[in-house]
Amino acid sequence: MDIRYWNKDVETADVQKIRHLQLQRLKSIIASALKTPFYSRRLPSVGINSPDDIKTLDDLRRIPFTMKDDLRQNYPKGLLSVDTSEVVRIHTSSGTTGIPTVIYLSAKDLDAATDIMARSITATGAGRTDILQNMMSYGLFTGGLCMHYGAERVGLMVIPAAGGNTKRQVSLMNDFRTTVLHITPSYLLHIHSKLAEYGVKVGDLALKKAFIGAEPHSEGTRRKIEELFKIDAYNSYGLSEMNGPGVAFECVYKNDLHLWEDAYIVEIINPKTGQLVPDGQEGEVVLTNLIRHAMPLMRYRTRDLAFLHIEPCKCGRTHRRLSRILGRSDDMLIINGVNMFPSQIEEVVMKIPEVGNNYQICVEKDGALDRLIVKVELYSKMFLGEAKQIDNLKSKIGEELKASITIKPAIELHEPGSLPAFEGKAVRVVDTRPKL
Amino acid sequence: MAKQLHIFVENKPGRLRAITDNLQKVGINIRAFAIQDRGDYGLMKLIVSNPEQAHLSLADMGCACALKDVLAVSIPDRPGNLHRLLSVLVDGGINIVDAHGFVLQPNQQGICILEIENLAQTNAEQVVRKAGFDVLGNDQLNNL
Repeated sequence: MDIRYWNKDVETADVQKIRHLQLQRLKSIIASALKTPFYSRRLPSVGINSPDDIKTLDDLRRIPFTMKDDLRQNYPKGLLSVDTSEVVRIHTSSGTTGIPTVIYLSAKDLDAATDIMARSITATGAGRTDILQNMMSYGLFTGGLCMHYGAERVGLMVIPAAGGNTKRQVSLMNDFRTTVLHITPSYLLHIHSKLAEYGVKVGDLALKKAFIGAEPHSEGTRRKIEELFKIDAYNSYGLSEMNGPGVAFECVYKNDLHLWEDAYIVEIINPKTGQLVPDGQEGEVVLTNLIRHAMPLMRYRTRDLAFLHIEPCKCGRTHRRLSRILGRSDDMLIINGVNMFPSQIEEVVMKIPEVGNNYQICVEKDGALDRLIVKVELYSKMFLGEAKQIDNLKSKIGEELKASITIKPAIELHEPGSLPAFEGKAVRVVDTRPKL
Repeated sequence: MAKQLHIFVENKPGRLRAITDNLQKVGINIRAFAIQDRGDYGLMKLIVSNPEQAHLSLADMGCACALKDVLAVSIPDRPGNLHRLLSVLVDGGINIVDAHGFVLQPNQQGICILEIENLAQTNAEQVVRKAGFDVLGNDQLNNL
């Protein structure tokens, strides 16, 4: 097995050393956090007024959880610890009700995040001679740019292809002899289904590896990808709040994901009680970012459900492994790698006067890809009797949803009173995708 | 000007029958109908004996429906007459959005129901009358 390290000392450090490093870094993060409007109120309320009030790692648990809602309520600058002149990059992700969340990176933060990404890439055995086609979207989403920086640091040749335009993606793979893809599993399967149409065989391509992520998938999906493309597929985990991909990554053994514990403190909790669950048990992943000072984030509830392996890995890394993501503890939907909340869709459709009382959000598989269908009722009193009005209404709903959730769903208009009516705040989501 | 009832219906079994069921219960006579297919939905278009009453009855059921002004033109059932009617409309710069037609008495009279784009802003009725066609109202349609 070709075991490569980016930073062998840290990656194989004994547990004591990692815990010591975590404590030092946590104190340093506390110092930055106390400079933010948000934590400068929250930390003193639990008796933490300086980094010296943190004596052991157990003291971390005195700090209340930080929720996505905290990020929204403190948008845009409530968690910023430095002047914006110190910031070199921001990323945002969509919030549950239209207010986005933002992260800020200083030059030093970006350097640290890039290093962790480089470490993740190296753990898969990829290196300078590889050619990475980065098919995650570039821009406000972290998936594209953060992988890009890490891969450049390792020295791979990067093709910043971003998402979409399948035919061109395949041409790029072919022309530049791409060896590594960074892609969502559903899109990779979709590409396979199009190869014959483009007259390309898997054997014509030079693919060796794929970094798959941004959406939960099963071991069966990974195997299918590996068999169809004759490649190794590595699971990756990240979220924009924690700097994007590279929070945890699989090594060459592909036996779940090393979570880089010098950069993140991971806790697994019972989402209902907030208490830690015993090692090895499934629960909600809670993360503390130890390498970002411009915007500290401590005990952040990711809402992702997973567990930690307790056995060591054959690769020699001592950082514990996170299981694949098993689900969510909230109602967030992940459609072809794009995160959204039903509440975002509700807010858009209910604001449109021609839309009646009920709506339904349907998610289904269309080949390898996910398909989102938003069904709404036509409000009878607003109907003018023209097909043009209906068609305009459908495209208006589609455009307004795209502005909010970044993808354009199929819109179905239904007769008044024909969709199931719900009482109260019940979520109107019908997700028929096979369970993981 | 004749009124046509336009009803939004989903494209699935039983929806048209729900409309005819409602109308037959209130004694409405359907004189002509057409369906504009738009894929997952359609518009059912009806010429009925009492458009206002039919509209209210369907609206009470919760239907999305509307009464639209249409041009109901009587044309002799002879070769070339539809062509002549369309020609005068084209020459008048008048656009047809949708249309349906039927023959009443073979070799004598046909009726053409025309949905005109921005009807109120056009002189479609005058143009058609000037060319010698009869334009019918709902009473006349009802008594055909």
